[in-house]
Amino acid sequence: MQKTFHGYRRENGRVGVRNHVIVLPVDDLSNAASEAVANNVKGVLAIPHPYGRLQFGADLELHFRTLIGAGSNPNVAAVVVIGIEEGWTKRVVDGIAKTGKPVTGFGIELHGDHDTIMRASKAAREYLQLASEKQREECSLEELWVSCKCGESDTTSGCGANPTVGDAFDKLYAAGSTLVFGETTELTGGEQIVAARCRDDKVRKDFTRVFDRYQEVINRHKTSDLSDSQPTKGNIAGGLTTIEEKALGNIQKIGKKCLIDGVLDKAEIPTGPGLWFMDSSSAAAEMVTLCAAAGFVVHFFPTGQGNVIGNPILPVIKICANPRTVRTMSEHIDVDTSGLLQREITMDQAGDKLLDMMFRTANGRLTAAEALGHREFVLTRLYESA
Amino acid sequence: MIHCVLHDPKDSVAVVVVEGVKAGQTLTGLILDEDRTITLPCTQDIPLGHKVALKDMKVGDTVIKYGVDMGKVVAPIKTGQHAHVHNIKTKRW
Repeated sequence: MQKTFHGYRRENGRVGVRNHVIVLPVDDLSNAASEAVANNVKGVLAIPHPYGRLQFGADLELHFRTLIGAGSNPNVAAVVVIGIEEGWTKRVVDGIAKTGKPVTGFGIELHGDHDTIMRASKAAREYLQLASEKQREECSLEELWVSCKCGESDTTSGCGANPTVGDAFDKLYAAGSTLVFGETTELTGGEQIVAARCRDDKVRKDFTRVFDRYQEVINRHKTSDLSDSQPTKGNIAGGLTTIEEKALGNIQKIGKKCLIDGVLDKAEIPTGPGLWFMDSSSAAAEMVTLCAAAGFVVHFFPTGQGNVIGNPILPVIKICANPRTVRTMSEHIDVDTSGLLQREITMDQAGDKLLDMMFRTANGRLTAAEALGHREFVLTRLYESA
Repeated sequence: MIHCVLHDPKDSVAVVVVEGVKAGQTLTGLILDEDRTITLPCTQDIPLGHKVALKDMKVGDTVIKYGVDMGKVVAPIKTGQHAHVHNIKTKRW
């Protein structure tokens, strides 16, 4: 396996594989101004989202952690923050500024959209030109943070695409990379297998605590056996019958060798290399957004029936082993491992094929989702607004 | 051609991995964990990605996939039949 790739080294030492300048709204009201700035300054990326007003407590903390994390991600060179007022805008700016990267905030109140858009566009233009001079440099594999989450899974996910990620994760783990998986409810039926893979009793206790908490959420709100939600309609059409079956396929992504070294809260940044479990939603765009906010720079996304997700900050590499999906949705698939199911390639070869695509992506190749303009940025909410 | 795959020799179901599997066919199944093949009958049309039963199962039996429990039988299943939401349910939630 290669040991290096060419990435962008940021002010705080972290390494990114993209060089985005983003316009980040603090709240739903600031989406229009943010998109106007991105329209004025070509090459700048607005990241609209529907939240940020009247949230409180842990839900508000998660909102800030996700926005600050997204802006701090090393795939981002510089950030323009726009909010309806200056207080929360400054909080996001100050959070991102800790990385040392260029960041400026604008509050709309007392100025209006026009004046805000003009001033923010000037800052965005300056940042874009600054970022355009940033050069890629050789970086070591240990500096690459890789996340995974699967979606629109079917039975081929569990026998082909997910174990391909597992094989690649085993190899990256041995190389000292920082890795994450999550999807707390989608471990239901396989939680004992995950618990057995935890490094020690402390990690196991942390995992069991967050797993049990999420089960209580399901049990408190459920009105049925969730047969249409988990597995989803798409999962069932693809042949998955129960949540247990889905979970057992899901956990193929953590391979056979790597241990779970720690448990993260949503959008929490890991403190060292190894495999981390993030307590998270199993909804694709939510989980991938949380991975971006936690600082991951490349994402492995195995799919069976053909989830088309992307993310504005985190390149999403799609892996598929379903021969029909590979044929009918080829523009969405980066790595075809359907040969596994006909014994045409080995698992070792499939994992290497994914790692080859990972290096090409890290070096600058656009993923299918990037080329198709998929920029799903979805914030996780914990409860109702105040 | 491999028509279906299973993970563990103890599995009671296998996943069809090609399109067009029809009733009356004899299927070749690959056991992924052991990299060897088996043959089995197929008595119903089964779509790509859906499961074929490898043994007779009665109501209340546990269905095994990946060598572990993936749910319970809620309608009788015969070897070679389509095994899915009409005859298998979760034990959770």
